[in-house]
Amino acid sequence: MRAVLGRFKFGGRGLVVVLPYVWLMLFFVVPFLIVLKISFSDIDLAIPPYKPLWIWDGEHAPAITLNFNNYTFLFTDKLYVKALLNSLKVAFVSSMLCLLIGYPMAYGIARSRPAVRSVLLMLIVLPFWTSLLLRVYAWIGLLKANGVINNVLLHLGLIHEPLTMLYTPFAMYVGIVYSYLPFMILPLYANLEKMDWQLIEAAEDLGCRPWRAFLSITLPLSRNGVLAGSMLVFIPAVGEFVIPALLGGPNALMIGRILWDEFFSNRDWPVASAVAILMLLLLVPFMMWYQSIQAREAAASE
Amino acid sequence: MPKPTDPALKASPWTDSDAKPYVRVEKLTKSFGEFKAVDDVSLNIYQGEIFCLLGASGCGKTTLLRMLGGFEKPSSGRIFIDGEDMTGVPPYERPVNMMFQSYALFPHMTVEQNVAFGLKQDRVAKAEIRERVATMLELVKLGGFAQRKPHQLSGGQKQRVALARSLVKRPKLLLLDEPLGALDKKLREHTQFELIGLQHRLGVTFVVVTHDQEEAMTLASRIGVMDHGEIVQSGTPSEIYEFPSSKFVADFIGSVNIFEGRLIEDEPAYVRIASPELGGIIHVGHGISAASDTVVWAAVRPEKINMSTEAPTATDNVARGAVQDIAYLGDLSIYLVKLPTGKVVRVTQPNTSRHAEAITWDQQVYLSWDDSSPVVVTR
Repeated sequence: MRAVLGRFKFGGRGLVVVLPYVWLMLFFVVPFLIVLKISFSDIDLAIPPYKPLWIWDGEHAPAITLNFNNYTFLFTDKLYVKALLNSLKVAFVSSMLCLLIGYPMAYGIARSRPAVRSVLLMLIVLPFWTSLLLRVYAWIGLLKANGVINNVLLHLGLIHEPLTMLYTPFAMYVGIVYSYLPFMILPLYANLEKMDWQLIEAAEDLGCRPWRAFLSITLPLSRNGVLAGSMLVFIPAVGEFVIPALLGGPNALMIGRILWDEFFSNRDWPVASAVAILMLLLLVPFMMWYQSIQAREAAASE
Repeated sequence: MPKPTDPALKASPWTDSDAKPYVRVEKLTKSFGEFKAVDDVSLNIYQGEIFCLLGASGCGKTTLLRMLGGFEKPSSGRIFIDGEDMTGVPPYERPVNMMFQSYALFPHMTVEQNVAFGLKQDRVAKAEIRERVATMLELVKLGGFAQRKPHQLSGGQKQRVALARSLVKRPKLLLLDEPLGALDKKLREHTQFELIGLQHRLGVTFVVVTHDQEEAMTLASRIGVMDHGEIVQSGTPSEIYEFPSSKFVADFIGSVNIFEGRLIEDEPAYVRIASPELGGIIHVGHGISAASDTVVWAAVRPEKINMSTEAPTATDNVARGAVQDIAYLGDLSIYLVKLPTGKVVRVTQPNTSRHAEAITWDQQVYLSWDDSSPVVVTR
């Protein structure tokens, strides 16, 4: 027994490595396997509301019934594919908007004086000190019919009746872009901050106008930052639930909301689990891509 | 020393008052807040020259170079290149290229793409770009490296790529910021001569910034010594070395022994300086422009001092001391001789014979020098 344990070298170093793995096992792998199991079972009026995957009457070999109906159902009912595609679209558009807004900001921060830089970075991180939910609720106050924005515009005489902004795709995009912008800016900044600005001078010296120098030097060299930031926005935005639910109104067809509906409203745990597994499978390639970018970035900075 | 190959160019145009300067810097000043990085510099550089800006770090030489390149806007003053006012012209519109100290090669492009970059910006035809890049890479002996990325090159190869990239556009003026600073000593010496050869062949005017006086002496047709944002003296390497105009220049270029003294005899043909530091009289064989009885400094180069164990017949320009330290460098030896006044004098002697009777530690020696050797400076 001691010999077996000794081989694992349960010293201080082993412990700090093993503990996080145990943690992840307990709270990620096990729940994932449970969800996977439920996704293959059948709905039932019971507690919990699904049929067990295997029945063993004590005499014969256990009978395992794998039910793929939940998955086939996801592709027969157009709702799910539509929601999935819409989620991808929303996540993609949000990532692009974050990139368009975030790149100039990250660039500006990276090129400012070190003292100013830390203040600007602080301001980017500052919103995290308040809960996401509170910040999204605050947007309701800003966007609603008699909210701050409408009141100001009415007062200035720019509009004569309140604009409908809340519970529209517009509000949802505002919410997502607002919430995920720091995840775009920070990796971009980290990348641009390492940039050798003498390269830009060299490009200009060789006859390159500033805008072209940006396109042919800065942008290609910040590629990894762009990809990392986009993935950090895209991946969580696909499964985003809170923001579409609070700001997007009833028509915001997002996969996260479908999942919520299946689980809580329809109490169809197997289908909800199948949706969750499908979403995860869809995101795995993006996550792997992100990992490889991170690895490349780390290798480049050595 | 480099001489322009074009027979139309004068060997030393700066001595000719009719010669037209190629680069004219007029009262150029650059301030960063209260600090004047470059202070009222005026300078003429002639076509085909290698002009070296030499100074310690922070003396303003790089700022001056960056203003020539268009990377810094002058606070006041003007820059003319080939007769055209370039003061406010951005770098991408100047007929000037720069070789950066860090080389600043584009890491995501191959050697070929790096060199072609400048020509592409000018929308030169593809076939011509290919030809000019190939020729340039041959010239810097990098013909087989066209498809390499910068991180696959050694320091010396990167330096050549940077040089090729800045020369391929045939600039009127090439600015080089510490061009050899990142190379090791052996490679540096070799590259210095290659650089001169290349400059001869292409006839491009070079302005080189360096803190290394040996590098400046080897490369330059003329040197401008900078201190605190000003050019304190400019001239050929030998002028700067043999006729420094101030204590600073004398001390900065090479090593020198400086004796403080008081002017006691001020004749048109000679002067005599009483130097308590030397413990004797310094006799200088020419007149100088300084008032009698003022404090002056006499600078004597270590290699211009004779050292012997026998007392010389003269009474001026003589000192006696004990050898404190010896450094044998092979081709020559450096002796530090301590005078009774406490002053330590540096003397170098060529090791011309393999079996010379050696002067050793603590030996009493006589130092003397010719009356043409000292340079008298008043500041």
